[in-house]
Amino acid sequence: MADKPRILTDEMIAEIKAFFPRYPSKQAVTLPALHIVNEKLRYVPLRAVVEIAHLLELHPSQVQDTLTFYGYFKQDAPAGRCRLWVCRSISCALRGGDELLDHLSHSLGVKPGETTADGRITLEYAECLGACEHAPCVLANEKLIPSVSHHEADELVQTVK
Amino acid sequence: MSEFKPVLLASVGKPESHTRKVYEQSGGYQALRKVLKTLSPKDVQEQTKASGLRGRGGAGFPTGLKWTFLPKDHPGPIYFCLNADESEPGTFNNRILMEDDPHQVLEGLIISCFATNSAVAYFYMRCEYPLAYKRICQAVAECYEAGYLGKNILGSGYSLEIHVHRGAGAYICGEETGLIESLEGKRAWPRIKPPFPAVEGAFRKPTVVNNVETVACVKHIFDRGVDWFKSIGIPPDPNNPRDAGSYGPKLYCLSGHINKPGCYEAPLGITVTELIEEFGGGVWKGRKAKAAIPGGISMGLLKENEFHCKLDFNGPGKFGCLGLGTAAVVVMDETVRMVDFLLNSCRFFSHESCGQCTPCREGTSWATKMMTRIKHGKGRLKDLDLLLEIAENIGIMPGTTICGLADGAAWPLKNCIKKFRNELEVYIKSTNPSGWMETAAVPALQLLDIH
Ligand SMILES: Cc1cc2nc3c(=O)[nH]c(=O)nc-3n(C[C@H](O)[C@H](O)[C@H](O)COP(=O)(O)O)c2cc1C
Ligand code: SF4
Ligand code: FES
Repeated sequence: MADKPRILTDEMIAEIKAFFPRYPSKQAVTLPALHIVNEKLRYVPLRAVVEIAHLLELHPSQVQDTLTFYGYFKQDAPAGRCRLWVCRSISCALRGGDELLDHLSHSLGVKPGETTADGRITLEYAECLGACEHAPCVLANEKLIPSVSHHEADELVQTVK
Repeated sequence: MSEFKPVLLASVGKPESHTRKVYEQSGGYQALRKVLKTLSPKDVQEQTKASGLRGRGGAGFPTGLKWTFLPKDHPGPIYFCLNADESEPGTFNNRILMEDDPHQVLEGLIISCFATNSAVAYFYMRCEYPLAYKRICQAVAECYEAGYLGKNILGSGYSLEIHVHRGAGAYICGEETGLIESLEGKRAWPRIKPPFPAVEGAFRKPTVVNNVETVACVKHIFDRGVDWFKSIGIPPDPNNPRDAGSYGPKLYCLSGHINKPGCYEAPLGITVTELIEEFGGGVWKGRKAKAAIPGGISMGLLKENEFHCKLDFNGPGKFGCLGLGTAAVVVMDETVRMVDFLLNSCRFFSHESCGQCTPCREGTSWATKMMTRIKHGKGRLKDLDLLLEIAENIGIMPGTTICGLADGAAWPLKNCIKKFRNELEVYIKSTNPSGWMETAAVPALQLLDIH
């Protein structure tokens, strides 16, 4: 274990530790830690889970248990540079959300949950993104894109470097 | 009704409405000053109780009453969790408040924490709200700078820390004990109650969980007074001894097949028709409405001839719906097939079931498999009865599950099959002419996606 290179950088560790005073237990820092690692690496590999557990004085299985519950963290491979969440819940579905997801799936050649071969885009379906007035909507990393037509979706995909 | 002016949304859409400067220019943080200077926590509890404010997160529980369930003279800590997980399909009012008027939310939160003797608050926000997250974090920082947060707030001796905590994409984190488990770093498995959070909640300490819009209302109660709040809305139904009335302004989210989807503020008790016509600009494309969800998908379904339903805490129940829920109205026009609606609903709940209770985990996924089969032309009339059997057996109401997600899954099934049975039967018969009358067991068509 000692000779394998660490995955968590000093910076990530410092960022995680900065959360400790906020909570009466270290376990409560699990989600913040997963977010920090996920933001930097675009996934949370098993090695990182072990290192997070070590920091939080938990068993790795506790962190893994939590991680797998939430749909947000990838573990097998990093997400693409742009994670494209297409809403499929009712308000969006009424305005073409499912068709938009199908369209993107065909044009990108990936199924929801998969990443394009060039590593640019991970297509995801989302349940209600809380922006139903903009249906059908897409969350592209941190940016909410309102009322997306198929044409706009194609343009959006083009802009991702 | 005509003289009603928005209060919660008064600043939304104005330039720089998210900054402390603009908020203070329109009287922001005066309520907090007044409370800290002149009232005790107990006074705040009592006045909130007197206002008749009921929780805006879905259950409509009286807010002041909830606070009084906290143990008296507890040595602390008492935690306050602000529920900003908002994920009920159709609902986005919390997002609007957080993005466009975050200080209103924070002022209400600080007053609510003072009322409950909480020194630490966790602002639990779903992670799919990047702009709201940024705005709230900025606003919290501005509050520390101004002395509205931190030690000895405005010289009152009261101290409070607010920590923003992000979720990770799970609807069940909105259920209050699921939220608490998630906050503690675990899978968001709702807890068996009792004990209720007020007695044993986050980190095993007394905890209050309230919704974003609820605390925003608290701010206005202490700005404008209990009488003002009670002058809006609908008094208790004399024929219903358990009705506590529906007071105050409410944010209504309107989406689906509507000309002007959006978040609108109106007194509690506006009807679906009024909402659609006066705010939503009517059904889109000049079409007729067929049905609407009254308050988030969990609440069930209203038919077009039920749109005179009043959207107060008592209203939707009179039409067989689960309740007012989040007051998110989703309009469906005459072209919508109920098979599609129901499959969408079932898919959502089977995806979001936390899997803890067998009736919910199995029931929601079987319903999705059956609806998928029906949709693909392999339905049998018997399936409608099987779906109803599932719907009647999952949930807190029949007493088979830990939390209300299963009731939310059941209601669209119950309402839709009751109110649109004929349409569903016609669909099944016409798409499966040779097999609709079969009753023998059939294997599921496809497994659910695991994602
Ligand atoms: C499955 C489920 C999901 C829920 N989601 C939310 C939510 O996203 N936001 C919310 O405020 N309340 C939600 N609730 C209701 C909460 O459990 C709780 O009643 C509410 O946060 C209390 O706040 P209030 O009294 O201010 O309404 C949900 C309940 C259930 C059963
Ligand atoms: S009812 Fe469903 S969501 Fe709620 S605790 Fe049980 S399995 Fe989980
Ligand atoms: S249903 Fe798509 S954002 Fe709400």
